Amino acid sequence: MIYREAGDFKTTYKEDSQTFPIKFDRWGYYVILAIAFLVIPFVINDYWANAIFVPFLIYAIATLGLNILIGYCGQLSLGTGGFMAVGAYAVYKLMTAFPDVSMIVHVIIAGLITTCVGVLFGLPSLRIKGFYLAVATLAAQFFLVWLFNKVPWFYNNSASGMINSPERTVFGIIVTGPNTSAPAKYLFCLIFLVAVAWIARNLTRGSIGRKWMAIRDMDIAAEIIGVNPLTAKLSAFAVSSFFIGIAGALFFSIYLGAAEVGEAFGIQKSFLILFMVIIGGLGSIFGSFAGAAFMVLMPVLLKNVLVGWMGWPTDLAAHMEFIIVGGLIIAFLIIEPHGLAQLWRLTKEKLRLWPFPH
Amino acid sequence: MKLKLASMVLAGVMAAAPAMADLVFPSLSYRTGPYAVNGIPFADGYADYFTLINARDGGVGGVPIKMIECETGYNTEKGVECYEATKGEGALLYQPLSTGITYQLIPKVSADGIPMHSMGYGRTSAANGKVFEWIFNYPANYWNGASIGINHILDINGGDIAGKSVALVYHNSAYGKEPIRTLEELSKKHGFKLTTIAVDHPGQEQKSQWLQVRREKPDYVLMWGWGVMNPVAIQEAVNIRFPMENFIGIWWSGSENDVIPAGAGANGYKALAFHGVGDDYPLYGDLQKHVVDAGKAAGAGDQLGTVLYNRGLYAAMLAVEATKKAQEIHGVAQITPAMMRDGMEALEITEASMAALGLPNFGPEISVSCESHGGAGYGAVTQWDAEAQKWSLITDYGPSDMDVIGALIAEDSAAYAAENKISERCN
Repeated sequence: MIYREAGDFKTTYKEDSQTFPIKFDRWGYYVILAIAFLVIPFVINDYWANAIFVPFLIYAIATLGLNILIGYCGQLSLGTGGFMAVGAYAVYKLMTAFPDVSMIVHVIIAGLITTCVGVLFGLPSLRIKGFYLAVATLAAQFFLVWLFNKVPWFYNNSASGMINSPERTVFGIIVTGPNTSAPAKYLFCLIFLVAVAWIARNLTRGSIGRKWMAIRDMDIAAEIIGVNPLTAKLSAFAVSSFFIGIAGALFFSIYLGAAEVGEAFGIQKSFLILFMVIIGGLGSIFGSFAGAAFMVLMPVLLKNVLVGWMGWPTDLAAHMEFIIVGGLIIAFLIIEPHGLAQLWRLTKEKLRLWPFPH
Repeated sequence: MKLKLASMVLAGVMAAAPAMADLVFPSLSYRTGPYAVNGIPFADGYADYFTLINARDGGVGGVPIKMIECETGYNTEKGVECYEATKGEGALLYQPLSTGITYQLIPKVSADGIPMHSMGYGRTSAANGKVFEWIFNYPANYWNGASIGINHILDINGGDIAGKSVALVYHNSAYGKEPIRTLEELSKKHGFKLTTIAVDHPGQEQKSQWLQVRREKPDYVLMWGWGVMNPVAIQEAVNIRFPMENFIGIWWSGSENDVIPAGAGANGYKALAFHGVGDDYPLYGDLQKHVVDAGKAAGAGDQLGTVLYNRGLYAAMLAVEATKKAQEIHGVAQITPAMMRDGMEALEITEASMAALGLPNFGPEISVSCESHGGAGYGAVTQWDAEAQKWSLITDYGPSDMDVIGALIAEDSAAYAAENKISERCN
């Protein structure tokens, strides 16, 4: 009744091709942005920032990055953890080498460094695809983790091999280190997420995104109609690695504050982000958000309910968490193999017809 | 939508946080994952001691202890979440039992003003109280451990190990890398050859590492292992017929769970220790009466008397003693985290006080001061008897080479102070 195109007239091409063509959607988007920027920063506390919002925002960036590669360009990658580590170590080296430069610059440069590494490891995608490419990127994962463990230069020769993020600022506001306020942390990540999502959305509906999707759907056909697989595949690797690098940089500097590569950026991280992409929905911006939210919030929610409310022993709750989250993933994938994004799409279709479905 | 719904439910959970009326000691434990085998006994010991104090003495100074358990799975992200979830409840002291989480929390607790005690783990240079105001790691740290291990090898060889070779098999993480610098210094000093062999998390597969040991034939092997890595390493050492009495683990690689899987082959395996083993202490009578028989034992209640259970007891005992000290200094029963810190800094554990607690000869004497948060760094060597299925101390608590360690601590803490712009205290 309220959610429909009827009566929403568009008189220019620009209006016709906007991201949210339906008024209700558009307003929902503005309201969410307004709440995210104008309400949450004033009510957020340390727990909400560190346990819920910051990890969600960072994982959403990483999921967007991987979704571009897997969902839009169809190149399977298991190197996400390794690429995040590149972002993290790059930002660490930059933070310690140039303490006076703004963190925004550091994070972006860390993203660009990851882009170079990502393109390098994306080169095999020109010759191999599918599972074989997955194995090649898996090699990247293990190589990068090994590298950051092996070469002391990357962790400034510290005795333990840990990297610690020192206190750094943006326009005089502390954004890293222990004295960071919860709103600063949250807003810093939010700005990056909004920027990244905006870039992703606009890239994927433009000519570059169409080339990626052509390669994904059938690479030979794409080549015949004039899509250059070299530039299409490598640009997907570049954009994807850029986002993942930013996510890795934020993950270490803003969220964790200290990290060791094997534990924070191991193969589990690659799988976690791959699951977020699959659960959220391949080739969907909204799906990236939904997938990240599901995988970040579900365990925290279950833990609070089982231990906090029901008073279960922590070990039993932790095991139940695995069972419930695992069960939900399987259930979701059986009910809707195209992920949460498809569920959302179906809901919208139903809403358009509601309350007169015939 | 989903996010909002979840947030609303969570808001309800968080709003239900209770008011401060107890002494809150969070227990960041891990009863799941590849390190659970070691996390469970420690968490049980930690919990049972607090239960005992509440049941027998009605708390500390009349205020009951409230222990909040939070499962970290030895994972740093969950560790952060646990820290944030518990710190708002008036937490007095953190003991995360994970070097990775300790590193993560050092800046956070320093900013929030909550003491942290990393007993025998964590960042070694935190022993320098001039730089690390809120962090304590008495009674011993990894560098003491490395030195005590080498001292033991020196003792066996009559004080001369020039030309001998020592291999370090370590968990490839902050934890395992900690002793390397000290061992390098010691190898220069005593002239032995050091080889380091890394084992990646979680350490279920160590064939190649032990092949390297077999090839290089080191005279002694030291191990910095944790969780599932320990039993696997000991089994592999048995498989290559490495002489067990030349295989020495750090105190985290010396519990029953580590040696029992290797059966009779593990006989003679040595491990370091900074507290007593077994259950032959008067305190266990009280534990039996007030905790076990009352049905209040934590977990399955089957860990009493194991090495890591004792360590959990010891950690809780030191926390309670520091609380008493803090109450004494400030004259109030309901102490704050800052008062707790003062109590820890003034902590004195003597033989007489341990005997009074029912733990005679349990550990070395401890005396903490503003400058030294690390204690004296004494440790002993224990050995496993596979037939009797028990550990026994084979040396007295001996000192470590503080000439070497002191210099390294000063250097590392100075680097930390410079990085974080901390000026030295206690002057």
